[in-house]
Amino acid sequence: MTLNLFYFLSFLAVLSALMVVFSKNPVYSVLYLIITFFTIAGHYILLDAQFLAVVHVIVYAGAIMVLFLYVIMLLNLNRESEPHKSNILKFAAVICAGLLLVVLVGSLKGTEAIVQQSGKAGIGYVKTLGEVMFKEFLLPFEITSILLLAAMVGAVMLGKSEKTNDTI
Amino acid sequence: MITFLTFKIILVALVFVITLLVAAYSTYAERKVAAFLQDRIGPNRAGPFGILQPLADGLKFIMKEEIIPVVSNKFLFILGPCIAMMTALMAGVLIPWGGTLTIGGETYALQIAELDNGILYVFAVVSIGVYGIMIGGWASNNKFSLLGAIRASAQMISYEIAMGLSIIALVAITGTLSLSEISAQQAGGTGGDWNFWNVVYHPLGCLIFIICAFAECNRTPFDLPECETELVGGYHTEYSSMKLGFYLFAEYINMFISSAVISTLYFGGYNFPFMNDLGLDQNMITIIGTVVMFAKVAFFIFFFMWIRWTIPRFRYDQLMNLGWKILIPLAVANVFITVASYLIFK
Repeated sequence: MTLNLFYFLSFLAVLSALMVVFSKNPVYSVLYLIITFFTIAGHYILLDAQFLAVVHVIVYAGAIMVLFLYVIMLLNLNRESEPHKSNILKFAAVICAGLLLVVLVGSLKGTEAIVQQSGKAGIGYVKTLGEVMFKEFLLPFEITSILLLAAMVGAVMLGKSEKTNDTI
Repeated sequence: MITFLTFKIILVALVFVITLLVAAYSTYAERKVAAFLQDRIGPNRAGPFGILQPLADGLKFIMKEEIIPVVSNKFLFILGPCIAMMTALMAGVLIPWGGTLTIGGETYALQIAELDNGILYVFAVVSIGVYGIMIGGWASNNKFSLLGAIRASAQMISYEIAMGLSIIALVAITGTLSLSEISAQQAGGTGGDWNFWNVVYHPLGCLIFIICAFAECNRTPFDLPECETELVGGYHTEYSSMKLGFYLFAEYINMFISSAVISTLYFGGYNFPFMNDLGLDQNMITIIGTVVMFAKVAFFIFFFMWIRWTIPRFRYDQLMNLGWKILIPLAVANVFITVASYLIFK
């Protein structure tokens, strides 16, 4: 059952990920990307990580993709206004993506042994996660949050730099 | 004796039917409440006191001619209301509608799914609910619809943050994310097991949560996505027939679910005062508790309607200012104040 679900979700994830790339309409791309995120959330649930799955849906599908869709709808891209890219650029993009694939495959090849170890019950519960995050990995966690805070302050500063006087 | 699965299927069907029924009668209640607040009579033609009005409205929605604009994106145009309706119905799964029933020695909880992180699931469903509006608004290929959709998405993202922050204090003090446990912790009684509703401990959090719930449901004073004075009909300008009905229905279902979540988180859910001192059977307490839960939900639905006819619509910049500059800092302050006072007065 779990294995069948895994194959189904994987098939859906790969298919929708391919459709993200092959769709002509950017809005369709975004919608396929949302489906991809949902299938990945499904994978997390199969791995017994419910918290991660729900947070993944809230953050990626619920917030980030809404912003993507928002921007794309505002830009109103269509065939006429689509910027034409030269062949060299496309070639470079393919090579970059291929290299990234090599790196990912290389780094994930040796992880088989680790995955089998982590089959503890209740590993995905908030309590377990919280204990790991606030005891074992407190420093990295705090540093990450400072990084995010810095990024947020930076975004606010960038948004503020163009000061105009016409207040609404 | 019924098996676990049969019970769950019955419960799912019941919650589904009740949700639709409440949503249908909310449309009637909305018009009656509006009439009451404006000193009118309201719908009174279909049946006694107009009680059959929702049926008549539903029939009208189905019988009306359906128009799909030629310039629209047909598939997404149909998908929009479907998503809106589906996500609206999904959140009801997590709400504990009552305590436990014991039938023939077996104990059944009146909750469809018990999840370790129930609140987060509700938030996830709420956060994907905006796609119905966005997709519908974009696929209509109409400027007003697009503006409505864009307003909806910006508004929902802004208020989701404040909503998420407002429950952090509650989660920190109750120590759980599960909705059934949060309700169980508010069980009332006298003497030793007297527990106040969470609203007593988290008044500010409750206020912020309710305000954000209004914004998430696109209810007045936050109904800018369908602001008819500026945007004709907002995101559903191009919709007709039952597809429009679905959008309107989804809004009422969202209202019902929000009311249920507000009552569960802050107003004791299915618990009522002195519930353990009446000397009643557990099954009886559960049944009364469910009735009490629905009474609370009904009150909050009335509250939604009451506010609608009390407070005028915000301007869009006021809406954004309220969300980002007032509610988010207040929610963060609420976390600090509540948790600090909990640690001091514990």
